[in-house]
Amino acid sequence: MLIKNGNVVMVEDGKIRKMDVLIDKGIIVEISPEINRSDVEVIDIEGKFLIPGLIDMHVHFRDPGYTHKEDIHSGSNAALAGGFTGVLMMPNTDPPPDNATVIYYWKEKSKSIPLNILFSGCITKNRAGKELSKFYELKEAGAVAITDDGNWVADGAVFRHAMEYAAALDLLVITHPEEPTIANRGVINEGYWSTVLGLRGIPKAAENIAIYRDIEIAKMTGAKLHVAHLSTAEGVRLVAAAKKLGLKVTAEVTPHHLVLTDEALAGYDTNLKVNPPLREAEEQKALLKGLLEGVIDVIATDHAPHASYEKNVEFNDAPFGIEGLETAFPVLYTELVLKKKITLEKLLLKMTVNPAKILQLPKQGDIKKGNYANLTVIDPKLTLKVSEELLVGKSKNNPFLGRTLTGWPVMTVYQGIVAYQRLLKGVQ
Amino acid sequence: MVKRKHLLGLQELSKEEINTILDIARPMRDIIMRDIKKVPTLRGKTVATLFYEPSTRTRSSFELAAKFLSADTLSINVSSSSVQKGESLIDTIRTLEAMGVEIIAVRHQQSGVPKFISLNTKMSVINAGDGFHEHPTQALLDLFTIKQKLYKIEGLKVAIIGDIYHSRVARSNIWGLLKLGAEVTVCGPPSLIPVEIEKLGVRVEINLQRTLEWADVVNVLRIQKERQDAGYLTTLDEYRDWYGLTQEKLEKLKGKKLLILHPGPLNRGVEIDDYVADSPNAVVNEQVTNGVAVRMAVLYLLAGGNESGNVD
Repeated sequence: MLIKNGNVVMVEDGKIRKMDVLIDKGIIVEISPEINRSDVEVIDIEGKFLIPGLIDMHVHFRDPGYTHKEDIHSGSNAALAGGFTGVLMMPNTDPPPDNATVIYYWKEKSKSIPLNILFSGCITKNRAGKELSKFYELKEAGAVAITDDGNWVADGAVFRHAMEYAAALDLLVITHPEEPTIANRGVINEGYWSTVLGLRGIPKAAENIAIYRDIEIAKMTGAKLHVAHLSTAEGVRLVAAAKKLGLKVTAEVTPHHLVLTDEALAGYDTNLKVNPPLREAEEQKALLKGLLEGVIDVIATDHAPHASYEKNVEFNDAPFGIEGLETAFPVLYTELVLKKKITLEKLLLKMTVNPAKILQLPKQGDIKKGNYANLTVIDPKLTLKVSEELLVGKSKNNPFLGRTLTGWPVMTVYQGIVAYQRLLKGVQ
Repeated sequence: MVKRKHLLGLQELSKEEINTILDIARPMRDIIMRDIKKVPTLRGKTVATLFYEPSTRTRSSFELAAKFLSADTLSINVSSSSVQKGESLIDTIRTLEAMGVEIIAVRHQQSGVPKFISLNTKMSVINAGDGFHEHPTQALLDLFTIKQKLYKIEGLKVAIIGDIYHSRVARSNIWGLLKLGAEVTVCGPPSLIPVEIEKLGVRVEINLQRTLEWADVVNVLRIQKERQDAGYLTTLDEYRDWYGLTQEKLEKLKGKKLLILHPGPLNRGVEIDDYVADSPNAVVNEQVTNGVAVRMAVLYLLAGGNESGNVD
C-alpha cells in the first residue's frame, strides 16, 4: 500500500511534512517526499493529515457481563472510528479478570479484530480491595497492567503488597485515585454547582489524598504507578513532584476534563456524570498546563459506555461514565488545536508516542521506517455534528451530542490494512 | 409575565415573574376565605401530585389548591404504586401523561428530578421539593407571608437558620429573597453550610445571637434528623443550645420584634421552642394558608391564566 500526499505528522521530531508512505506486510518501509509505484494499492490523501494510530490506555468494553452496554466488537468499532489502533481494556467486567480466565476469553474473542487490544488485570479479587489477584498468572496470560479501576484500593497494606509484586513482575499499576470516605457518596464536583444544584459533592481532597498515598507507596516499592484521569490542580502538582524525585510515576487526563467544567451540569444532564467529576475552570487550566509542561503524559478517554435506559434516570441513580472514543480527536482538535492552546504534534505525543512508551509497545506510536503501519487519516476540514446516528458504538452516552466538531478521522489503518473508513454521508 | 410551562425553581424566575405570582396569590387567598371555596377556573383540567417522599402538608396544600380551582385531582401513593415493583420514573411519567394528566406536582428525594421529568413529558411540571435543590412554592409562600406582614421585601434583612446544606427551602428562599431585593444571611453549624454558598450573594454567619441582632425576619429550618449522618451534628442538645430559637435568645434582643417563619413540621424543643413557636411573631399558620393561595396562583398561571387574576 502506498499512501500519497499526506501531511505526515512525525510526532517525535515534531514536524509535519508532505510525504508519501509505503507499506509492505504491515510495516512502514519507506517515507519520502515522492514515491511512485504502480504495483501496489495507492491511496491519495491530499489535504489530509496522516498521523500515527491513536493509543487509548483507558477504555471499558464491558465484556463479559455488561454486553448490553458494549462488547469487544462494538467497542473496537468505536475505537477504529475514532482513529485508534490500540486500546487498553480496563477490568470492570463481570467476572473481572482477577485470574487468567477472562484474559484468555478476551484474547480468543479479539483475535480477528484489526486493533491492538491490550489487557489489564485486577489488583484484588473481584476488585473488592481485600485479597490480591493471581499476579503471576495474569502476567503470564499477557496482562500489561493491573488496576481495580473505578475502585481505589483503600487498604494501604493490600496496595503496598500489590505494588511490591508489580515491581517484581514489571507490571504497570494504574490507580483511580479517590478516597471513598471523603468522596462520601458525592456525584459531582464539590463547589458552587453542587451547592446550587443540591447534589452531594466530591471534594478535590478525595483525589489529592489518594494520589499522595499512592505516590508514597510507589516511592517505597519502586513500582511503576500510572495515575488515571487527573482532575485537580493539586494532583498535577503531586505528580510533578514525584517526577522530580525520579519516581516511575506517569499520569493521564481525559478529553472531557480538558474541555468541560462542572458548570455544564446545570441542567442535571447525566451524560456529564463522570468520575472523577468535571471540576472548575481553574482546575482545568492546571490540567492543560500540566499537559503542556509534560507532567501529564497521556490523554486517555476513559471510554465508559452505558445503555440509554441506564442514563435516562434520576441523576443520583445514573451510573458514572461517558462514551468517549469516537469524539476524542475531533473534540481536542476543535477545542485545543484550532484554538491554539496546543499544537497538533504535542497533542499527538500524548495520544500516540507516550502511551506506547508507558505500555512498552515496540514499533508503535509514531510514523517511522520499520514501525507497524498503524496509521490514521484525519480530515482537518471535515465538520460534523455529533449525533446518535453518527456514533457506531453500542451506547450513545456522549457528552458532546449536538456539538459541531472539526477534524474527524476518516480512515484507520491497522498493520497495513484499512480497518475503518468513514462514509462521508452527512457532511455539513 | 409568566409564560412558563413548568415551575422548577426560583433560580430560573425573574423578579417580575415572582411578583406576578405573589400578586395573583392575593385574590386566591380571598377565595380561601370565602364560605364557598370554589371557582371554575381549572374545570376540566387534571392535576396530579406524585410524591416520592411523605409530606402531608405540601401534598394536601397542592390538592386543595387544585380543588378550589375545580381541577380534577389525582394523588399517587408511591409506597403502593408500581414504583415499588421496579417501574422506572420515566415509565411512571409516561403512564400519567397517557391518562390525560396535564399538570403534575412532584416531590422527590433526589435533586433534579422535576427537571428530568420536564425534559421527558408534555405535562406541566411543578417542583414540590427535590432533594436539597429547590422548593419553589414554599419560598413563594414565605415571600407572600413576609410581604403580607411587613408590606415589602426590598431592603429587609432575612436570616435563614439551621441545616442549610440539606435544605431546598433555603436555596429557593435565597434566590427569591435576593431577586426581590432583601439581604440574606445563612446561619448554622459549620458542617451544614454548603461550600461556596456566599457566591450566591448571601452572608454566612455561625453565631446565632449576632444573626438575630442583625435580622428583621428569621426563617427557621426544620432539623432533618433522618439526614444527619457522617457527623454533621454534634448532638441535638448542643444544636438546641447554639442554633435553637429560644425565649432566652429572643429576650436578649431587648424588645426588638422579629418576624419568625418556619416551613413546618416543627421539632419543638430542637430548632424552636414552644414559647417562640406560639408567640404572635411566629406566622406558621398564616404560612400554611398562604401556601394554598400561592399554589392556586401557580396552577392558575401554568394552566394559561392571565395576569388580571380575575378568576371568578
